[in-house]
Amino acid sequence: MRERNESLLWMYEKMVEIRYYEETMVNVYLEGKLPPKIQKGLAFDIGSGPVPGEMHLAAGQEPVAVGVCAHLKKEDTVVGTHRPHHFAIAKGVPLDRMTAEMFGKAAGLGKGKGGHMHLFDPEHRFSCSGIIGASLPPACGAALAAKKLGRDWVAVAFFGEGAANQGSFHESLNLAALWKLPVVFVCEDNYWAISVPKPAAASIEKISDRASAYGMPGVHVPNNDAVEVWEAAGAAVERARGGGGPTLIEVRTDRYLGHFQGDAEVYRPKDEVAKLRANDPIPRLAAQLQAQKLLDDAQRTAVEARARARVDEAYAFARSAAYPAAADALADVFV
Amino acid sequence: MSESRTLTMAQAISEAIAQEMERDPSVFVMGEDIGRYGGIFGATAGLLDRFGPERIMDTPISETAFIGAATGAAATGMRPIAELMFVDFFGVCMDQIYNHLAKNTYMAGGNIRLPVVLMTAVGGGYNDAAQHSQCLFGTFAHLPGLKVVVPSNAHDAKGLMIESIRDDNPVMFMFHKGIMGLPWMAYFEGSTTEVPQEPYTIPFGQARVVRQGADLTIVTLSQMVHKAALAAAELGREGIEAEVIDLRTLVPLDRQAVLESVAKTGRLLVVDEDYLSFGLTGEIAAIVAENLDTVQLRAPVRRLAVPDVPIPYSRPLERFVIPQVESIVEAARELCRARSVQAMPA
Repeated sequence: MRERNESLLWMYEKMVEIRYYEETMVNVYLEGKLPPKIQKGLAFDIGSGPVPGEMHLAAGQEPVAVGVCAHLKKEDTVVGTHRPHHFAIAKGVPLDRMTAEMFGKAAGLGKGKGGHMHLFDPEHRFSCSGIIGASLPPACGAALAAKKLGRDWVAVAFFGEGAANQGSFHESLNLAALWKLPVVFVCEDNYWAISVPKPAAASIEKISDRASAYGMPGVHVPNNDAVEVWEAAGAAVERARGGGGPTLIEVRTDRYLGHFQGDAEVYRPKDEVAKLRANDPIPRLAAQLQAQKLLDDAQRTAVEARARARVDEAYAFARSAAYPAAADALADVFV
Repeated sequence: MSESRTLTMAQAISEAIAQEMERDPSVFVMGEDIGRYGGIFGATAGLLDRFGPERIMDTPISETAFIGAATGAAATGMRPIAELMFVDFFGVCMDQIYNHLAKNTYMAGGNIRLPVVLMTAVGGGYNDAAQHSQCLFGTFAHLPGLKVVVPSNAHDAKGLMIESIRDDNPVMFMFHKGIMGLPWMAYFEGSTTEVPQEPYTIPFGQARVVRQGADLTIVTLSQMVHKAALAAAELGREGIEAEVIDLRTLVPLDRQAVLESVAKTGRLLVVDEDYLSFGLTGEIAAIVAENLDTVQLRAPVRRLAVPDVPIPYSRPLERFVIPQVESIVEAARELCRARSVQAMPA
């Protein structure tokens, strides 16, 4: 558990690291996917290049991950979503093996079997899933295990606002409240479920209002602000750790990129992203830290250099790592 | 006279739906991102502008609710089409599919009609890993009560979609992403074909002979039809003539087409992108095994499918587990080299 100032500085550095990680991926992902290297007539080929398959990036959503994970210990569980990098980085998943997984390399977290939506790091108790709403039940399970083992571990389930209309959300909230499980449910409301805006998917404005229906506190954090997320999450984690049961937190956050890379975003107003970026939470936190004399220009430059070095090193590691042997595909169905 | 033009499979499906929606006001579509987006794989492109949001309904991410609602609406006089974005997402809504949509007609003694089309994207080959790459043909064909349609090209997709919408029973319409002709995913060009303008139907249970041959029969479906056709061309250059059969529908299944072809060639290779065990390849092999009194085999049956592992992400791993043109060629060669089946002594 860090002191407030230490936490805010840690959060700032992690946000810078996450943003640079995602921006790097934007370019790496495009390698080999554009004409003329691909099938004639295609504009883009999702299956080509060093990082193939779908790619969901979280630029803009950093406050949710760092504000919550700043309160967590290594033994606490985090279950993320199909857009998982910011959570993984904030939870301490090693960048090199995580990146190697996305390059499909043998040194990856899952030996190349999982890919970017399926990152598993049992050491740091991190996992995620490509299925919407899949994070909540296993987080309840991790919390149940902590209770049965008599430990003060907590579990966090991250999910999007779209997932709050999935059955698993409702069942899990009920179960967690009923059994007083040490869980924190964190809804990342980025407004868009692929192309479907939040008001077209639910008749209430705030998902956090649903908490009372299950008998737990519901907290709404409106402005994608890292410090506000940190404060709300601090209370929820403390409550869970102290045996007070679950909390539902909803954070209004922003998705700067497409649902997946290559998404033409025909559904999104053309000027929306520019407006969202004008409210970027990273410079906002920097300004706050500088105003409080916790960060000066030189330190800010140093933070950026450190974060970039870590990310660049991870990509270099992933790129140069070896592919698994083809027949390794047959291993690991069972232990 | 109407003209033929070349359409991608995605365009053919969307045209079939549009024509049926014009003909029948009870047809409507529900699903995630099927409106403004036009379906993640383009199967409903253009429909929102044409028919409006009352009939082209974007849903919340609530598959149990909207697929179950399709069953209820069908029982109440409508003809819904629901899209399950990826077949892999069946897990969140399987009760409504497996225990209700597929069974209510039977449990009602045939007194309930459920004209639902459940369309869904299947298949891998573009490194989307274990939760977005499955085919699951066998999972759905195994269950009594769902018709299962698996087109391999635009022409068949249009005729089979219209047939599906007009059928008074639940139909699972499974389109492979790698033959939809999307501008963002490599595909087999043989899947983009001439398609007549006017509405037409293709009856269920009629396989199509893609290529004639006397040396072995390759029974397959969906995207694998195109890999098998390429493999057959390669084999032809070596003097091995493969007959390729596209099943087109699994329920009902054209058993006769399989038996007739194998009776002619005496060799059977079944090629499937689904898992190997307890599935399609075993079913086709069993049909032949049950008819060995009339079908004479010259070699043991061969099966090529995903070797009972989840679909891995990494490119060399995925290529290894999903049958490729080269692996079909190799299996066919081995099959033709294999010893004849000797009759057991009396």
